[in-house]
Amino acid sequence: MNIKPGEYFLQGNEACMEAAVLAGAKFFAGYPITPSTEIAEGLARMLPESGGEFLQMEDEIACISAIIGASWGGSKALTATSGPGFSLMQEAIGYAAMTETPIVVVNVMRGGPSTGQPTRASQGDILATKYGSHGDYQVIAFAPASVQEMFDLTVKAFNYAEKYRVPTFILSDAEIGHMRGLLTVPKEIKIVNRKEKGVRRSDEAYDVPDDLVPPFPTFGKGHKATITGITHFKSKIEPEDPKIHQQLVRRLNSKITNNRRDINKWEVIEPDSKTMIVSYGSASFGAREVAAKDDRVGLLRLKSIWPLPVEPIHEVASKCEQLLVCEMNLGQLFWEIKRVALEAGCKRVELLSKIGGDPPTPGEVRHKLREMGAI
Amino acid sequence: MMDIFEFYRKDEWPHVFCPGCGNGTVMNCFFRAFNKVGWKLDNTVFVSGIGCSSRIPLYINSDAIHTTHGRAIAFATGLKLSRPELDVVVFTGDGDLGAIGGNHFINGCRRNVDLDVVCINNNIYGMTGGQASITTPHDYMSTTTPLGNKEYPFDLAEIAVAAGANYVARWTTKHVHELTKSMATSLTKKGFNFIEVVAQCPTNFGRRNKMAEPSSLLEWFKESSVRRDKARAAAIDHVDLNLAGQITIGEFVSRDRACYHERKGGSAHGNGH
Ligand SMILES: Cc1ncc(C[n+]2csc(CCOP(=O)(O)OP(=O)(O)O)c2C)c(N)n1
Repeated sequence: MNIKPGEYFLQGNEACMEAAVLAGAKFFAGYPITPSTEIAEGLARMLPESGGEFLQMEDEIACISAIIGASWGGSKALTATSGPGFSLMQEAIGYAAMTETPIVVVNVMRGGPSTGQPTRASQGDILATKYGSHGDYQVIAFAPASVQEMFDLTVKAFNYAEKYRVPTFILSDAEIGHMRGLLTVPKEIKIVNRKEKGVRRSDEAYDVPDDLVPPFPTFGKGHKATITGITHFKSKIEPEDPKIHQQLVRRLNSKITNNRRDINKWEVIEPDSKTMIVSYGSASFGAREVAAKDDRVGLLRLKSIWPLPVEPIHEVASKCEQLLVCEMNLGQLFWEIKRVALEAGCKRVELLSKIGGDPPTPGEVRHKLREMGAI
Repeated sequence: MMDIFEFYRKDEWPHVFCPGCGNGTVMNCFFRAFNKVGWKLDNTVFVSGIGCSSRIPLYINSDAIHTTHGRAIAFATGLKLSRPELDVVVFTGDGDLGAIGGNHFINGCRRNVDLDVVCINNNIYGMTGGQASITTPHDYMSTTTPLGNKEYPFDLAEIAVAAGANYVARWTTKHVHELTKSMATSLTKKGFNFIEVVAQCPTNFGRRNKMAEPSSLLEWFKESSVRRDKARAAAIDHVDLNLAGQITIGEFVSRDRACYHERKGGSAHGNGH
């Protein structure tokens, strides 16, 4: 049963699964892993009630493979996992990018490497989301920082996966997944469905329109679609042709990077401050409190992190004197942000990195800002 | 009766298979079985992993998804459950199914989703140039077993039986009539149906094992094939392709367990809330 408009007090993972069903998800395949398991448990109950399928598979490779298969059947499909399971999914993430399959992967991040800290929050998988599979590809990734955003951004994740035919991620963490908070379910929710191929010409599925996203040839409709991870042109595999490979891979990248302005979401507090903090997800809790109280400090909070929100980073970096990146890893998005900030003319870019499971406190943020002479 | 040129994509020729490869025989038998049961191409999706055998769906004139190495059954499972009205057929190889995809194979048999899986077992990794696979017989040669294979092979069909597949048969490319018949049975039966075809790879298996001629491999299949009910394999502590000097063939099992999407679940073992 779809959640009704109204106010709720829910856990982050619960908000995510409610949003998935509301966005039209009809298929979930999962494998138990802390701190994401509530999503599987909830959808095991909810999906059959709304005419969908829930499946517990033998491992995470099977999960992501099954949701890609389900997506080709025409279903909106998702899986949810955390670090070790996410590592297992990497080959298939590249496959989904290459075959332009809309899927949503919820990664409730925990401390790594390896088994690490199963119950504690981290932002250790930021680069793995973009660079974990081999080859050059793009993905879309959102970073919620509240129960409300777990809901809102999960709906968006489905919409963008469908619109751009690309694997899309929710990068949450143990903190956000397990926190309880207020959720307002609005009366109207915008749902985007994939642009389906018509049946005018037998090779229409392979036409590349101006937005670089070909219409989707759902299986079982007479398209005779050939889907393969091998470099391909129309229905033919062409693994040896340099030109075809270039065209294909450049298009797969451009269809996302050309649309950064459409995809990226962010929030700015005190944009004209001399010192700006850039942060996302639960790493931004402390920074947000500091920026709200101190005129000298502002915050750019990224709600989406892939494709890199170059424009808002560039804009704040071009106006401030120094920039502090705050994240819960040893510096992952830091290098990407620093590159853009230096290009924008910002003189100094520092990192506040914290691992171990607890988000940086306002006190820790202030301490770092004092070191930087910002306050 | 569909013409073979309607069934296969002529514009995809030439194909990748070597002269003397057994894959063509399997394709031909499959085409006949498909025709016999009257399935429709527009209602069928072919799924495969990676390997020579996994290229077959790319030549069939219907929707096809050529996936990652070893995962075809997992992809097919998601597809079938999202669109139960479609018929889903998997083509795979011994390496794809039994090595890298072994976990999906046994769990697929157990889960019993309505899929038809055809595994072409050429006893070798064909596509990558002749490395030992999980069905390379003991003592046989491959590029990665230059002194002979120290390991013993898997018996894929017996694994499928033990793991709970609904229908299991094994034939060789020498048994085209029996194979075609089993394929037709598999297509008409619901549930997870598994057909293993022992097939010749003269290029990468025969050549290194004194059977470079395709016909000598077929001769080998003929000589060593024994019906399962008459096989000695069951009496010894290994069931495999060559320990007892034989390839057990036949219909191994034909069950009628309810397939996954026919099961209702229910609360027989819970309190039903
Ligand atoms: C993850 C991964 N590992 C390795 C490979 C390389 N590879 C391609 S085909 C193949 C073996 C295929 O053997 P089999 O399934 O027996 O099929 P055949 O070619 O013999 O028909 C391997 C190892 C791959 N594509 N992906």
